[in-house]
This record gives sequence, C-alpha cells and structure tokens, in this order.
Amino acid sequence: MTTDLKILKSNLAEAFGTKVVSLQERLGELTMVVKADDMLSVFTRLRDDADLRFEELIDLCGIDYSTYGSETCEDGRYLADQPHQGPRFATIYHLLSITHNIRLRVRVFAEDDAMPMMDSVIGVWPVANWHEREAFDLYGTIFKGHPDLRRLLTDYGFVGNPFRKDFPLSGTVEMRYDADQRRVIYEPVSVEPREITPRTMREEQYGRN
Amino acid sequence: MAEIKNYTLNFGPQHPAAHGVLRLVLELDGEVVERADPHIGLLHRGTEKLAEHKTFLQAMPYMDRLDYVSPMCNEHAYVMAVEKLAGIEVPIRAQYIRVMYDEITRILNHLLWLGAVGIDLGAMTMFFYAFRDREDLVDAYEAVAGARLHAAYYRPGGVYRDLPEVMPHYKESKIHNAADVKRMNENRQGSLLDFIEDFTVRFPKHIDEFETLLTDNRIWKQRTVGIGVVTPERAMALGFTGPMLRGSGIAWDLRKKQPYEVYDKMDFDIPVGVEGDCYDRYLVRVEEMRQSLRIIRQCIDWLRKNPGPVMADDLKYAPPKREAMKQNMEELIHHFKFFTEGMHVPAGEVYSAVEHPKGEFGIYLASDGANKPYRMKIRAPGFTHLSSLDEMTRGHMIADVVAIIGTQDIVFGEVDR
Repeated sequence: MTTDLKILKSNLAEAFGTKVVSLQERLGELTMVVKADDMLSVFTRLRDDADLRFEELIDLCGIDYSTYGSETCEDGRYLADQPHQGPRFATIYHLLSITHNIRLRVRVFAEDDAMPMMDSVIGVWPVANWHEREAFDLYGTIFKGHPDLRRLLTDYGFVGNPFRKDFPLSGTVEMRYDADQRRVIYEPVSVEPREITPRTMREEQYGRN
Repeated sequence: MAEIKNYTLNFGPQHPAAHGVLRLVLELDGEVVERADPHIGLLHRGTEKLAEHKTFLQAMPYMDRLDYVSPMCNEHAYVMAVEKLAGIEVPIRAQYIRVMYDEITRILNHLLWLGAVGIDLGAMTMFFYAFRDREDLVDAYEAVAGARLHAAYYRPGGVYRDLPEVMPHYKESKIHNAADVKRMNENRQGSLLDFIEDFTVRFPKHIDEFETLLTDNRIWKQRTVGIGVVTPERAMALGFTGPMLRGSGIAWDLRKKQPYEVYDKMDFDIPVGVEGDCYDRYLVRVEEMRQSLRIIRQCIDWLRKNPGPVMADDLKYAPPKREAMKQNMEELIHHFKFFTEGMHVPAGEVYSAVEHPKGEFGIYLASDGANKPYRMKIRAPGFTHLSSLDEMTRGHMIADVVAIIGTQDIVFGEVDR
C-alpha cells in the first residue's frame, strides 16, 4: 500500500503540476488540495487518466473550519481566541479507484466565506447529485451547474444551514400542536444552551508520565 | 378520445413497502414511472452534528442508530477511524471477535432484508422464516452486549468485554412448560461459542429452505428478473458498493481488496452477479450468508484455542480494569478523566471504511486535538443507492418500484442520519 501511495503521489504531481496546492501523506492516506478554479479539469483527469482512474466518488462532504482548534465554555459557545486563518468552508471528496485499488482525498476550499461557491462535479460523477444537495443544505455551499440544487435532509421550509459551527445544536425553532389554532405551529426554541462536557484541548503528552 | 395526462403519486412516507419513512413522488404515465423524486430526511436526527458535541466515546452508541439493522458494522467503522487516528493497537482476540460479530451482523441484515423484500413481493412465509433465525442471532448479541439491537459492544481499542462462558437459559412460565423449556435450552448448555456453532450447523439447511421457496419460484422470478438492471460502468458512476456493485458483476469487496482486522486470514469467496438485475442481487445476498457462515466457523475455531485480552491497555484510550480502579489512586484518576473529559485524539483526519452488509460504510473523522470530533461524516451506502432510484425505476411499472427499493436494501436510519 505504501509503495502504491508513492506511485500515486508521483503520478499526481506529474499529471497536475502547479495545479496541486498541496499533497500530503498521513496515516496511509493521501490528501490533495486543489483550487476551486481548477477543480473540474482536475477531477475529469482523475477519472479518465489511465494511471489514475478514480471511477468512483465514494463521498463528498462539506466542512466548516471556523472554530478549528477552539475550546467551548459551559453554555456551549466557542472560545475562539484566535480566529481561524484561511478560508472557512471546504468540500472534501473521497475518491476510490477500483482498477488500482487505491483511495484519494481531495479538498477544495471555497474562496468566499460569505457565499461559498464551487463547481458541481455531477458531470464527472453522477453520484454527486445528492451529496452536493446535502452539502448545500447543511453548509450553504453553492454548486455551480447543479441542475436541481434543493434542500435534501432538513424540513420543508427550513431556514439556516444547520451544520455550520455558528448554528446552535438545539436549532432555532421548535414545533408543537396548538389546540386553539388547531394546527402545528413553530416557535423559537425554549431550550437553554448548555454543555455537560466542555470541549477542551490538551498538550500532546498530557498525563503520559 | 379522452385526453391522457401524466399524474403524480405520493408513495409514502407511511407505506409498508417504503422500508421506513420514504416519501416518493412518482410521476406516472398510466402505470409507467416517468420520474421518481425521493424526499428523504424525515428521520434526520443530525447524528454528525450531535457527535461534534459529544466525546469520542459518547458518540459511539449513535452508530447503532444509523443502520439499525446492522448495528455492529456501523460501530466497527467508527472505532476503526478513532483507532487509526489515535494509533491504538487492537488485541488480536478482539479483532477475531469483531470479525465474527460483523459476519453475524451480515446474516442478521440479510435475513431481515430477505424477509422484508419477500413480504413486499408477496412471499409472506419468508418473513416468518427469516425472523425465526434472526432470533438466535440477536440472542448472540444479547449475550455479549446485554442489548438485542443497539449493542454498543465495540470500543476504540477492542470490545467491551470477552465472550461469556455461559448462555442465559429460558425459565418456565405460563406459556412454556417444563418440556418446552428443556427443548428450548438444549443448545444453550455450553458457552456462547457453542451456541453460535450450533447455529452455523443448523442454518445452511434453512438457507436451502429459503432458496426452495424463492430461487426457482415463478412469481419471484417474474417480479425480479430483468428489473432494475444496472450495467457495471453505470454502477461505478452511480457510486454503488457492496452487493449492489457485485450484483452488477464487479468483484469488489473491501474484505478482500482492502482487508481490515483479520479478514486477510479468512478463507471465503465473493459471489458476483451477471445481469445486474434484482434477481442477481438477491442471489448475491443469499450466497453471502453462506460465506459469512464459513467465516464465523473459522473465527469460532480460533477463539476457542486462543484466550487473551480483548481491550488495549493504553489508559489514555481504554478504561482501567475495574479491580485495579478500586485499589489504586492512579487508575481511579484515569477512570474519572476517561469517562468525564474523554479521550483526546490527535489532530488529523482519517477515512475508514468497512464492508457493511449494504455496501461500503465509511466514517470520515477530523479531529483538532480536542476531546470531541471536529467533524464526522458518515458515508452511508443506502444514501448513495437510494439516490440512483430515479434512474433505476424510470420506464418500469409502479409495482417494480417496490422490487427495486427492496433490493437496494434501504434503511432510513442511515440514509437520513
């Protein structure tokens, strides 16, 4: 497997050259970062090149880096003393080559934090359809060229992007049946934010000796 | 002549053949499906977001609730992700136990699938047969984990405890007299391994019975042969994995191709379909049950001969022994910190996948070094398979939609997460 990764690494460097922003190997997995502008050409080549042949897009998911490395206090708020550097949103693609029996992770950062946007890969792998709808739903990333970018997992008429780090765990609205109006109504949540186990960071060798 | 119009039909969310809470909006031309638009998310609980607010250990039982038909395989993907990121060494005995329970889970899953798809397509008896055999397997779950369904048995670093030496017995009651109870307890006299071995002896005959009922059954074939055909190329483009991909003729199985735990020491075959239709997927799954039995038998043999620890001994990632905890200050502190603050997993990201009964079940785990995951993404096979429903049902009759949903093996716990 390690020799396979080395071959793949050199193949990727050769095929994409300067388009590769970074290429990192860790824990037996290879992660490549490419720019949003280059992503479609890179992905098409990843699928079609005989040395690469990533036929399957296994997974596509969004991620919000805004509180990376931050602890939380008792009501669940993040104590970000140093705001995260670099773009906030990224999309992570997990590719699988059945021909070469190898995996690759590709990360594409969205340049604009206020309106994260990138190209849709539906044309390369049709399976991306629902995965992109999910990332759009949960993170608000817009995939240019997606034919049917609707919400997928959340309720009809839902407002907000629930997996962003600034969206509270309890949500913003709660639902109940109102006997007077004789229908189901939505109200702001009555749940007090609390955190039983706060998020804490420790130095690497903490408690080891 | 009367004007013919397409009309839209709502299938579900409360339809017995929708296998859960699927709302399917079908656009029909007479009885032929023109477009199928599945609306999912009715069971969305935000497992991934919840996990970001729980410690690594607390997030583990959520895995059972994803694909609630095969809980231990879900757990397996998660604990493997944590182990890989933290670099935890798993004792070999724990690996064998995990492999054995993964295969028990596979049979559990395929049995429920066979029963449910049988009832969908009119083979009522299958349901009773399948549930009769599932009973023994959930008993095996109960014997190790205490729960029959949501086991929470695997832990990062091993499994919760070793296999028990005795099986619980049935007791006399109003419903069962002494003779009944004696017969029911016959295969429960030995250890758990004896009980499972007894099952592996009985079960092949039961699979033959299932096949007598279905494989050459004319009605069954009329409902499944040539329905929902997917070519190998298309199956890859649509992201299929597991029996769906193998049904289309691609011999891809993570247990063979990217072996984890001790699968590389196991001797088993991968069944592969030819046509890529519903009938082939059925045959693949039935044969997988037989192969799972082979693996279980090999695991039983090994486990009988090789006692040993079933949990890693690194106190940063595993709880201390109960006895030591009662006597030593050091262990007591470890115990307290482990169950309150939780383990700190080094920063980094990892993707770990297992060959789940439904396909490739993967966990993408990103940690920033805190006691909670920074991001966890669940790659559910059912999600990908269901997204291809539109393409697979187009041009088929409405009754075939049921057969196609059935052989996709959809469970909404994992689709909606």
